[in-house]
Amino acid sequence: MSTTAIATDLGLKPAATAATASRSVSSVEVTDYDNRQTVGKIVVDNAKMICRGVNVYYGEKQAIKNVSLDIGANEVIAFIGPSGCGKSTFLRCLNRMNDTITTCRVTGQIKLDDDDVYDKSIDVVQLRARVGMVFQKPNPFPKSIYENVAYGPRIHGMVNTKAELDDLVRDSLERAGLIKEVEKRLNEPGTSLSGGQQQRLCIARAIAVHPEVILMDEPCSALDPIATAKIEELIDELRENYTIVIVTHSMQQAARVSQRTAYFHLGDLIEIGETDQIFTNPKHKLTEDYITGRFG
Amino acid sequence: MSKPNATAVPTASRDIKTIVNATLKRRHAAERRFRWYGLLAISLGLIFVLLMFGNIIGKGYPAFWQSYIQLPIKFDAAILDPEGNRDPHAIENADYAALVRTGLRALFPNVEGRVELRALYALSSSDAPLELRQQVMAHPTLIGTEQEIWLLASATVDTFVKGNIDRQAEEDHRPIKDNQIGWIDQLQATGKLKQRFNTILFTSGDSREPEQAGIRGALMGSFYTLLVTFLLSFPVGVATAVYLEEFAPKNRWTDLIEVNINNLAAVPSIVFGLLGLAVFINFFGLPRSAPLVGGLVLSLMTLPVIIIAGRAALTSVPPSIREAALGMGASKLQMVGHHVLPLAMPGMLTGSIIGMARALGESAPLLMIGMVAFIVDVPKSFLDPSTVLPVQIYLWSDLPERAFVERTSAAIMVLLAFMILMNGLAIILRKRFERRW
Repeated sequence: MSTTAIATDLGLKPAATAATASRSVSSVEVTDYDNRQTVGKIVVDNAKMICRGVNVYYGEKQAIKNVSLDIGANEVIAFIGPSGCGKSTFLRCLNRMNDTITTCRVTGQIKLDDDDVYDKSIDVVQLRARVGMVFQKPNPFPKSIYENVAYGPRIHGMVNTKAELDDLVRDSLERAGLIKEVEKRLNEPGTSLSGGQQQRLCIARAIAVHPEVILMDEPCSALDPIATAKIEELIDELRENYTIVIVTHSMQQAARVSQRTAYFHLGDLIEIGETDQIFTNPKHKLTEDYITGRFG
Repeated sequence: MSKPNATAVPTASRDIKTIVNATLKRRHAAERRFRWYGLLAISLGLIFVLLMFGNIIGKGYPAFWQSYIQLPIKFDAAILDPEGNRDPHAIENADYAALVRTGLRALFPNVEGRVELRALYALSSSDAPLELRQQVMAHPTLIGTEQEIWLLASATVDTFVKGNIDRQAEEDHRPIKDNQIGWIDQLQATGKLKQRFNTILFTSGDSREPEQAGIRGALMGSFYTLLVTFLLSFPVGVATAVYLEEFAPKNRWTDLIEVNINNLAAVPSIVFGLLGLAVFINFFGLPRSAPLVGGLVLSLMTLPVIIIAGRAALTSVPPSIREAALGMGASKLQMVGHHVLPLAMPGMLTGSIIGMARALGESAPLLMIGMVAFIVDVPKSFLDPSTVLPVQIYLWSDLPERAFVERTSAAIMVLLAFMILMNGLAIILRKRFERRW
């Protein structure tokens, strides 16, 4: 069985193919486990964000080691890797959510279009309006559904009238595929929704401020398969207008929603490339081991 | 030690049921014993609470009733308005005590002689003429008429009527004489001596005469003091809690501040009183006995309580809410102001109310700043000399008259009622706005 078949089967039983995968060693270019040079093309033509030589330290401990990659405009890029590999940490660097952790230190360069994200002149408020975020656990504000979505536009002063705000809220809920379910109950608390609906509410809340990039930190890990399918569908639709970076534990999900995939391992970016290629023809032994279910 | 010894194997292989059953009885007995200890402890506590309440209510309840005597008062124009020109000044200074004396003599026309008459006049309170003057000033048309008017009886009469003076005791050993007892019996028989609800207790300030003493002054003093305390300690406490919890860097200085705030909460309250005396009165020259100074001192005492409760309420707001707000691009102040603080507010209010209840019951620091003075007038501002409810209780408990004993208990009941009210409010707030994630 080739790794092509593995990817096809990925949705069903990735672990079952582990034994067979070890036979296809020949297709891997880097067999040395200790070689932590990034394999694959990190550069894209229409880059939305450019990261070069990013290091992240929590106190003495280095969580991200010299990571460079581009995030293309209107693409979905998935960060995968075993727990503790630094994919979430790296994601949080992109909109400086790590700033809230006092011991956290970031070096290197991250650019959003032409602006250096970590430049002194950039205000995090502006940055986070441009780079929105959806978290692992749905975290709607304990306010009404309407207020949840209206919050961002309100604090950023995006609308002038109540009618404009109403339109924006409805539009955001519609784009998040939630409008039909909540149309009649906009004034009920956001926390009264189901988990999947709450997560879509959080997505609606994020897109209400018209960000350029949306970061998603394992957005489906707390959801059931049906709710997950809805979110994945939504991500695919949102790609038209936004650049999406998604961290996921589920390789199937990465395979389904992303165009490019980056594999992190213990703080190193091991391999990056087209999603098809990563899953069918990984170039690094570590990547192959991970996607074939050897560990992770 | 960690190695299992050889004999353990056969024991373990023995029927597990018998092994467990062997210990089961002992375990159940231990559980039963523990339950009994708990019940015993709770019953003991309840008994003492009931004893305390029973004692206070039993003693204090009669204070809500007061004896009044109905007297036929002749508003003699010759006494009240000899000139006949209705001059308010003259009417105000007229001899109203004479009216009361005449009324009493009219009830008991057979009493003669200076000593006897003085005993008769002693039945009525010294408040009676003042009451009459008030009525005449309000309605000058009363002059020249004759009315049946209920007037306050003296505290001795009241105490006797309430059964707190032994009728059988020797005449020299009781404050009320045989002839007075006779008159009281006669008044009661004709329905001219009655117990009415004691409004004076709630409408007048302190007095040396028990029947005229009330807690209004102390209540208003407590109100002004607590108002100052709340207005100062709540905003400062909340702001401090928010700053320390959300904005301050975590370093040695903030650790030191935190330790000191926790220590401050444990400082004996009298120390705050001494501090208030030295700083607010001696250094800043603020007036003695004023609710303003009392409020300042109690603020110092309440602040750490509010800060600690506030920080606890802030930490209980889940980090996911903070992340959500920050992720939306809210500034730190917006995150706190829009999300964290509203969610923490019920907890903060609960803490503050409990702190305020403690301040309401505090007396020691207020003794130090002179709020222990005998003050008759009801305070009308933050700077008027006044006392507070617990200090009033302390003052009355020192007085020997039997009538003050019941007033002390009555004042305690009022204080307890306010405490229960405040704590109840705190519980309602907590229940009402409690959120679960």
